[in-house]
Amino acid sequence: MEGVKKDLEGELEELRETYNCGKTKEETWRRSQLKALLNLLKEKEDDIFKALKQDLGKHQAEAYRDEIGTLVKSVDYALANLKKWMSSKKAGLPLAVFPSTAELVPEPLGLVLIISSWNLPFGLSIEPLIGAIAAGNVVVIKPSELAPACASILATSIHTYLDNRGVKVIQGGISVGQQLLQHKWDKIFFTGSAHVGRIVLSAAIKHLTPVTLELGGKCPAVVDSLSSTWDKEIAAKRIISAKFGTCAGQACIGIDYILAEKRFTSNLVELLKLYTKKMFGENPKETNSIARIINKTNFLRLKNLLEEPMVKTSIVHGGSLDEDNLFIEPTILVDPPLNSTLMTEEIFGPLLPIITVDKIEESIDFIKSRPKALAIYAFTCNETLKGRLISETSSGSVTFNDTIVQYAADSLPFGGVGGSGFGRYHGKFSFDTFTHEKAVLKRIDLLFDIWFRYPPWNDKKLMLLKSAYKFDYLGLLLKALGLKKS
Amino acid sequence: MASEDEKAVAFDAEAAKSTVMELRSTFGSGKTKSYDWRVSQLKNILKLTDDHEKDIIDALRSDLAKPELESFVHEIALIKSSCNFALKELHRWMMPEKAKTSLTTFPSSAEIVSEPLGVILVISAWNYPFLLSLDPVIGAIAAGNAVVLKPSEVAPSSSSLLAKYLGEYMDCSAVKVVEGSVPETSALLEQKWDKIFYTGNGKVGRIVLAAAAKHLTPVALELGGKSPVVVDSNINLKVATRRIISGKWGCNNGQACISPDYIITTKDYAPTLVDSLKLELKKFYGEDPLKSEDLSRIVNLGHFGRLTNLLGDSKVSDKIVYGGQKDKPNLKIAPTILLDVPEDSLIMNEEIFGPLLPIITVDKLEDSFDIINSRPKPLAAYLFTNNKKLKQEFVSRISAGGVVTNDTTLHLTLQSLPFGGVGESGIGAYHGKFSFDAFSHKKAVLHRSFAADAPARYPPYTPGKLRLLKALLNGSIFGIIRALFGWS
Repeated sequence: MEGVKKDLEGELEELRETYNCGKTKEETWRRSQLKALLNLLKEKEDDIFKALKQDLGKHQAEAYRDEIGTLVKSVDYALANLKKWMSSKKAGLPLAVFPSTAELVPEPLGLVLIISSWNLPFGLSIEPLIGAIAAGNVVVIKPSELAPACASILATSIHTYLDNRGVKVIQGGISVGQQLLQHKWDKIFFTGSAHVGRIVLSAAIKHLTPVTLELGGKCPAVVDSLSSTWDKEIAAKRIISAKFGTCAGQACIGIDYILAEKRFTSNLVELLKLYTKKMFGENPKETNSIARIINKTNFLRLKNLLEEPMVKTSIVHGGSLDEDNLFIEPTILVDPPLNSTLMTEEIFGPLLPIITVDKIEESIDFIKSRPKALAIYAFTCNETLKGRLISETSSGSVTFNDTIVQYAADSLPFGGVGGSGFGRYHGKFSFDTFTHEKAVLKRIDLLFDIWFRYPPWNDKKLMLLKSAYKFDYLGLLLKALGLKKS
Repeated sequence: MASEDEKAVAFDAEAAKSTVMELRSTFGSGKTKSYDWRVSQLKNILKLTDDHEKDIIDALRSDLAKPELESFVHEIALIKSSCNFALKELHRWMMPEKAKTSLTTFPSSAEIVSEPLGVILVISAWNYPFLLSLDPVIGAIAAGNAVVLKPSEVAPSSSSLLAKYLGEYMDCSAVKVVEGSVPETSALLEQKWDKIFYTGNGKVGRIVLAAAAKHLTPVALELGGKSPVVVDSNINLKVATRRIISGKWGCNNGQACISPDYIITTKDYAPTLVDSLKLELKKFYGEDPLKSEDLSRIVNLGHFGRLTNLLGDSKVSDKIVYGGQKDKPNLKIAPTILLDVPEDSLIMNEEIFGPLLPIITVDKLEDSFDIINSRPKPLAAYLFTNNKKLKQEFVSRISAGGVVTNDTTLHLTLQSLPFGGVGESGIGAYHGKFSFDAFSHKKAVLHRSFAADAPARYPPYTPGKLRLLKALLNGSIFGIIRALFGWS
C-alpha cells in the first residue's frame, strides 16, 4: 500500500511539473494530443470492441455508435475549433473607463481528475479528456474497475499514444479512488452515482476544488397517443433502442419509464413487443445484440426490483433472468406500484415500466413531483404539450420524438440539474468546463486620469462622480467647467 | 411589525425549513418565472436604493465609518448600475438561444433554454454589505428564482436596514432576509437549496461546501486572497501611486477582497515608489490620517486585534517606513507601508484585509512572477508598466480571478467582465449576464422529426449498418453516400 501511495505521489508530481513548465498551454501540444486520440480510436478499434464485448457484452455497432464514433466526432470538432476556443474574447466597455481594453482570457485550471463510469467506459473517460486537453490541462483518468478489460485497454493505449508526462490513467478500485481524492486537484470531473458523487464533493472541500457531477435519475419518456402508423412505429423503435439497445438500459440518459394514456397503452405495448422481437429476435440472449448486466451485484439488484409485491404481476413481456450469464430479457411492465423500488430508484437495466394516465397532460405534474432527471423525452405532435413540457418541467435536457441523440450534438450542453448533477460538457462546453475565464482589464496609458476619483472628498467631487456614474457626460463636462449646478 | 417576544424567538432549523418550504411553494406557482415579476422586483430594488440613499450611507457610516463618497461610488451606484443593466438586457437574456445542429442529428432543431434553479441562498459579507448582498440577489431575481438573503451580522446596521427595506419593498413570498449569526446561518445551511452563493473567507466557504455536498447543491464562492501589485519603474509614477492608494485605502481602508494586498517592485525602484506613496498619502489623508474622515475604520475589535498582531512580530514592525499609528478606541489604523518584510512572516502569508501595505523587492521585475505563482491563486493581480511584453507575459503567466494593468480594482465595476476567483480565491463568477447565468440552468432542447429515420441505428446490426453509422457520425456526405450505396 505504501508503495502504491509513493508511486501515486510520484505520478502526480510529474504531472504538476509538466504543467508548470508550460508545455500543455501551447496549441501545438494540445493539437498533438487530440490527433493522437484520433489515431488511438482508429487503430485500437478492434481492441476496444473486444474489451467492451468482454466487460459488457456490447455489440460492435452499439460500441461504435455510442462510444468510438461519437468520440471521433468530438475530437474532430475540438480540432476544428481549438484555435477559436483558445483565443481571448473582447468584452464591451463603458466610456467611464476610457481608454482601456477588456477581454476574457481562457486559461487551463491545472491538474484535472476524471472519474468515469463503467457503462460507457471509453466514452465517459475520453469525452471529458478531450475537453481537458483542449483547455491545456494535465489529466489523470480513473476508469471504473467494474469494467476491467476496458480500463486496461484504456490505460495501455493512452500510455502508448499520448504524452505520459501530461496524461495518465490510474487504475484501481475504491481504495485507489479514495487515495486519489485526498490530493489537491484543480478540477474533478465525475460521472457516476449520486452516492459516490457526494463522496467526491466532500473530498473536494479541503482544496476548494471545483467539481462537475454528471449523475443520473429516472428519465421519463412521455408517449402521446400518436395517430399516424409511421409515427407510432418510429416512436416504438426509438424507445426500444434507447432502452434495451443502449447498454441494456444501463445508461444515464436511457429511458427509465414511460408515461402514456390508458387508451393508447395496449397499442403501445403491442408495438414495443413487435419491435423488440424485430430488433433482438425471438430469443434475445442468442442474438448477441443486447449488452449484459455489468456484474452480479447489479443483476441481483434488478432481480429484486422485479420480486417486490405487485411488480411481478405487472409484467406484460419478458421477465426471464439468467444469473450465470448475467442476462435479463427485455422486460415491459404496465402500472407497477408507484411506491415500489422500481418506480422510486433509477432502474439502470432492461426493465421498462409504463405508467398510465387518463390524459397525457397529467405527465407534467407526475414529472414535476419527482427529482429532476438528466433527460426528459416526449413523443408527440402536440405543440402545446411540447411548450408546456419545456416551460413547466426542469431537467438536464429535453428531446422530442427521439432518444439519446442529444448526446451526439456538439452544440448542446450535456449535464444535469438538481439531483441529476451540475456542470456540463460536450463541444465547447467541454473546453469551458476545464477552463478559467480570466477577466483582463488594460488601461491604455497613464496620461489621462480623472482627478475627482481621489480623496480628499468634497461635495463637488461627489457631484461629478454621480454624473459620471449616470453616464451623463454632458452634465459632467458642464459641471466640471462650473457651467452647471447640480 | 414583530413584537419583542417574536423577535426573541431564535431562527432555528424548523424556522429555516418552513422558510424554504414557503419559497418552494411560491416558486412552484410559477410567479417568479414571469418577466413582469422579475422586472417589478428589480425596479423595487432601484426604488429602495433611491428612496433610502441617505439611510444606506448612514448605516455604512455606522458599521464601517465608510466615507459618503465610497458608499455612493462603491455600493449605491454599483447596485443601481447592476439593476439598470439587468432591466435593459433581461428580455434578451430570457430568450432561448438557438443552437446549431449538424448532420449527425439531421433533421433537427435545437435550442438552449435558460430556466431558474429554484430557491437560492445568498450569504454576504460585511465589508460591502449592500453591494455584496444585493448584487447576487439581483442576479437571482433576474434569473427567476426565489431567494433568501443572509447579510453579515458584523455590519449590524446594514443588516437590519436590508431586512427592513427588502421586507417593505420586495415580494416577501419570494424574497426574504434572515438576520443572525452562526446559529441562524447553520440552520439555513442544513436546508436543501438549489444554489448557494457565498461571499466571504475560505474557512466559512468550506463549511458552506460541506453543507451543500449533502444535497448535491451547486455553490459559488467569492473568496479573497493576497492580490499582488507589480510595479515597474518606467511608468507615470504619480498616476500609478494614486491608483494604488485608491485601490488600497480608498476601498474600505484595505478591507476589500480585491484591494492590493502587497507590492512587488525592484530594489532600485522601491525608494522612489515609497516616496511617491508617502507624498500622495499626505495629500489624500493629511498629516494625521487617524483624523481623516475619508478613511473607513477597522470593522471591529477582532479584526483590529488581528491586524495589530500582523505587526506584532518585531521583524515586521521594524520594516515600517510610513504610518503604523493606531487608535484602538476608535478602531482606526493609519495607512502603513512596510519595506522588505520576511517572506515567511504572517503578514506575507495571510490575506491582510486592512491598511497595511508590504513592499517586497526583487532584483529583476520578472522574478515577481515566480513569487506570485508560488502562492495560492489570488482574486486579482495588478501590474503597472509601459512594457508591452511584460504586460503580455503577466496576463499569460499569472493565474488570478481577474487581472488589471495600470490600474486597480476597476474591473469590479464592469458588467461585461465576469467577477470571480480561481483556486483558493473561489469558484464561479458573476456581474452582468454572468449573474443571470450563475443562477440559471441552461437546458438543452432538441426537436427531432419522425420523418427521416436511419435504420443503421437499430439492431439487427449488420456490417453495412456499421459502415453507415461511421459515415453518419463523421458527418461526411461522401461517406454517407458511399455507405448507402454499399461502396466503402
